Amino acid sequence: MAALTKEETEALIQEVLEVYPEQARKDRAKHLAVNDQSLEKSNKCITSNRKSQPGVMTIRGCAYAGSKGVVWGPIKDMIHISHGPVGCGQYSRAGRRNYYVGTTGINTFGTMNFTSDFQEKDIVFGGDKKLAKIMNEIEELFPLNKGISIQSECPIGLIGDDIEAVAKKANKEIGKPVVPVRCEGFRGVSQSLGHHIANDAIRDWVLENRDGDDSFPTTPYDVAVIGDYNIGGDAWASRTLLEEMGLRVVAQWSGDGTIAEMEKTPKVKLNLIHCYRSMNYIARHMEEKYKIPWIEYNFFGPTKIAESLRKIAALFDETIQEGAEKVIAKYQSEYDAVIAKYKPRLQGKRVMLYVGGLRPRHVIGAYEDLGMEVVGTGYEFGHNDDYDRTIKEMGNATLIYDDVTGYEFEEFVKRVQPDLIGSGIKEKYIFQKMGIPFRQMHSWDYSGPYHGYDGFAIFARDMDMTLNNPCWKQVKVPWKTAESSDVAVAASA
Amino acid sequence: MPSVMLKKNAEGKLVFYVPKKDLEEVAESVEFDSPDKWGGEVLLSDGSKYYFEPINEQPDFPVTLRAKRLDSGE
Repeated sequence: MAALTKEETEALIQEVLEVYPEQARKDRAKHLAVNDQSLEKSNKCITSNRKSQPGVMTIRGCAYAGSKGVVWGPIKDMIHISHGPVGCGQYSRAGRRNYYVGTTGINTFGTMNFTSDFQEKDIVFGGDKKLAKIMNEIEELFPLNKGISIQSECPIGLIGDDIEAVAKKANKEIGKPVVPVRCEGFRGVSQSLGHHIANDAIRDWVLENRDGDDSFPTTPYDVAVIGDYNIGGDAWASRTLLEEMGLRVVAQWSGDGTIAEMEKTPKVKLNLIHCYRSMNYIARHMEEKYKIPWIEYNFFGPTKIAESLRKIAALFDETIQEGAEKVIAKYQSEYDAVIAKYKPRLQGKRVMLYVGGLRPRHVIGAYEDLGMEVVGTGYEFGHNDDYDRTIKEMGNATLIYDDVTGYEFEEFVKRVQPDLIGSGIKEKYIFQKMGIPFRQMHSWDYSGPYHGYDGFAIFARDMDMTLNNPCWKQVKVPWKTAESSDVAVAASA
Repeated sequence: MPSVMLKKNAEGKLVFYVPKKDLEEVAESVEFDSPDKWGGEVLLSDGSKYYFEPINEQPDFPVTLRAKRLDSGE
């Protein structure tokens, strides 16, 4: 199907909006836009980070998801207590596939679920005593933990428990960092505020732990990888490239990361930000307090990787710049082979994306390297600055949708007819039943890594295996195929 | 009275960032910008104007300062 023109896309948005009552239509209209590369600022065309309309199917998460699930959860040697009823922790346990090295239950705790399992009496009489008791039990059962974080669920804020006091007391008793995080699910409009709260908790309770302690030997090439959650091994695939070009990666935030790495981050020379949305706050804080500059980079697809490696290297001396060129040259035959193999199979295919905080813009380059085109993209919980960065990446007259509703997304797909959709698990089965190839782009559909040159090969293979799978020809219902209508006409004659 | 995070970008221009608003803009002009006086009216590239209480030295960028909003520019 030919690409839609600007007028057609605008008409499509109007058509989709028509079913809403007036108030909702007015609100939703602000969140849907046709991309126009000539715009410098996204706030001219799209509104984001606003409360979702009641009654529509939103795909957003909550502040607890942003803090426990995204920022704190992957720190492997800490124990993260889901403080409140059992469900929030249990149903999100290990779902994000943040890989790590270690022995689970001994010195690492990433896939385990710790909860205070609130009962009625804890709501009535408060849960502070229970929390203190839990932390003592944790110390006894898991002595190799390096710290505890308390991730508040909704009731904690509602009943007014003083988790900060409990944390301070426990910190004195056990002599390890104990971090209270006020990430009750009702805060904010999406998981995005949870990221911010989690960043602030790191700033207040972790970052200055080693201020004034210079015992950690530094080099001029120290960097920290910030906002890479090691989904399916992403951070490892990124880290190897950085180390090969001569940099020393001191800390990984927070995939396969440890609390010690986080405490050492103020000693680095440069912060590298992959997921801007969830960790720019802490990078900006470190810039102000420790004068550490930060830059954004993108390790999806060879074009963007080479661009990013050179951009990072430009901030260091010639040895690193040579190192970057060497890395790019070393992997060239590898990624050329990947492109030669998959590009003919994927050329010209059209993709619609709807993901979280960085992928709606970061993966565009990787698709373009494979000859594919992204015709629609949107963020669940992005802010204006994310859309500012997206406008330039997307083609003119493509669709941009913020906090898209289930209904809008389906209607867009029916009209745009993309060859592939990349979104989350809640969207997956709807679109598969509609007969459209789908990749779950939050945790790479149980595959990965997708970052780095190694990841690109896996990315290309996965896209090909999904798109060109013969099963998609089988999902058309028999009475809607051409032959059966011929038969029906013949039978009715 | 928003808190504004100010820093210099690679070209040496002042970048203006208001966290609560996700506002990230380059400053077009600063009223007083000399080694012994800094502040006054700051005009952003989107047309909005902010006012900083002038101080008698160059701030050590990046830094967070309180600003007064003068004109939205809309």
